[in-house]
Amino acid sequence: MNDRNRMLAPFVPQPDDDIIVCRCEEITKGEIRRAVHDGMFTLTEIRRYLRTGMGLCQGQTCTKLVKGIVARELGVRPDALEPATGRAPMRPIEMRILAQDKEDAE
Amino acid sequence: MNTEVIIVGGGIIGCAAAYNLAKNGVSVLVLEGSENIGNGGSTRNGGGVRQSGRDPRELPLVMYAIKNIWPNLSDMLETNVEYYQEGNLRLGSTPEHQKILEGLTARAAACGLDVKMISGDEARAINPYLSDAVTCASWCPTDGHANPLTATMGYYKMARRLGAHFISDEKVTELRKIKGKVRQVITASGNVYEADTIILAAGYESRFIADTVGIDIPMQPVLLETLVTEAVAPMFWQMLGTAAADFYGHQTEHGSFVFGLNSGLEPYAKPGKPVSSSIAASAACRGIMNYFPSLKNIKVVRTWAGWMDSCADHVPVISTVDEVPGLILACGFTGHGFGIAPAVGLVLSQLAMGQETAVDLSALRYNRFN
Repeated sequence: MNDRNRMLAPFVPQPDDDIIVCRCEEITKGEIRRAVHDGMFTLTEIRRYLRTGMGLCQGQTCTKLVKGIVARELGVRPDALEPATGRAPMRPIEMRILAQDKEDAE
Repeated sequence: MNTEVIIVGGGIIGCAAAYNLAKNGVSVLVLEGSENIGNGGSTRNGGGVRQSGRDPRELPLVMYAIKNIWPNLSDMLETNVEYYQEGNLRLGSTPEHQKILEGLTARAAACGLDVKMISGDEARAINPYLSDAVTCASWCPTDGHANPLTATMGYYKMARRLGAHFISDEKVTELRKIKGKVRQVITASGNVYEADTIILAAGYESRFIADTVGIDIPMQPVLLETLVTEAVAPMFWQMLGTAAADFYGHQTEHGSFVFGLNSGLEPYAKPGKPVSSSIAASAACRGIMNYFPSLKNIKVVRTWAGWMDSCADHVPVISTVDEVPGLILACGFTGHGFGIAPAVGLVLSQLAMGQETAVDLSALRYNRFN
């Protein structure tokens, strides 16, 4: 049970809020912190709201960083946060390649 | 815990209803069974805000939403929902396709919708990326698309800001009547919540919950699959569909293309956690490249799947219940709940407040299956 009414410490701007954390989608630390205060309490919700970790690298660069930022904002340990689901294909793949799964495909 | 309204289900329908109730000063509690808000079809669909191809019974809801809510939704929710109203092209390449499209077009035009059949060349004038394979299309200029993720989370954010109370990871197992009126909501963790009115908007799970007060809505879970590509420079803004229903989709404001897939095996998917099949994305890529050859080198970045609550007659139940006073049903959206969600949120709040609804809901009653 996760009561979304629980009180967080008030949002205080930080000097490095402009740092880009998710490089693929160009999402900053400040945007992630702000999203937590807007009620995005899980890594999946952060991802759906901001698109962090959904770019070309699929979060291979920023997942840990985002987790740390969200955990600090919520006042919980990072390992208390469930990771977001990994999605196929594991690497970006051209439509013309992906389309060739049939033996008789041209 | 005691509130005026409890909403079971934190998807876009539940969040939009909560937003409208909270805005009217009604105390509202939303119970979401999973860990994440908007975890079902709300954040897994293809983003269509579409009137063409809709069943006439739910057409008034989407027409109301497109006229009155979607154009202002980003401002209302202080969230960019990426709404684009640039028309819908439904594409065909055979005489059979032409027949399907003509039937859909005639039915929608009879409801007063601005939709017409056009030739392949006329379609290519609207979207120059279309291949010569396209020989016919239906064209509805007032259709569009939006971002289901930010729209869902935006409704949640604003509902919460207006005072709606959300509890996630709190799975409802049972409703209980007191003195002939539904009153209690019981969860798997053993908690009991009480309210004057209960809105049941829990997707397919609504079937099991409604069953505990003796109501059955005939629906089945059916898998839907979707893919998203890398972002590229803007090419076109129309929503796309096909007469063969082998794919649908659009380019997003972000630059990526989102395409819904259809391999034909979706109704037989393995129960449990929704999982992308190994064949659907590949099959859809062949269909997409046939109509849009210039997309062949675009990279697919992610695929995902989700369950829809497929109703026996393919339109939702949005209804009070004679046998269970205090209960309002909102389920069975059959994979096209996103475009109508802003209007559904509004009419659910009106039902809960005992007001006249903005749209007539008599065709969506729970007892129409008898």
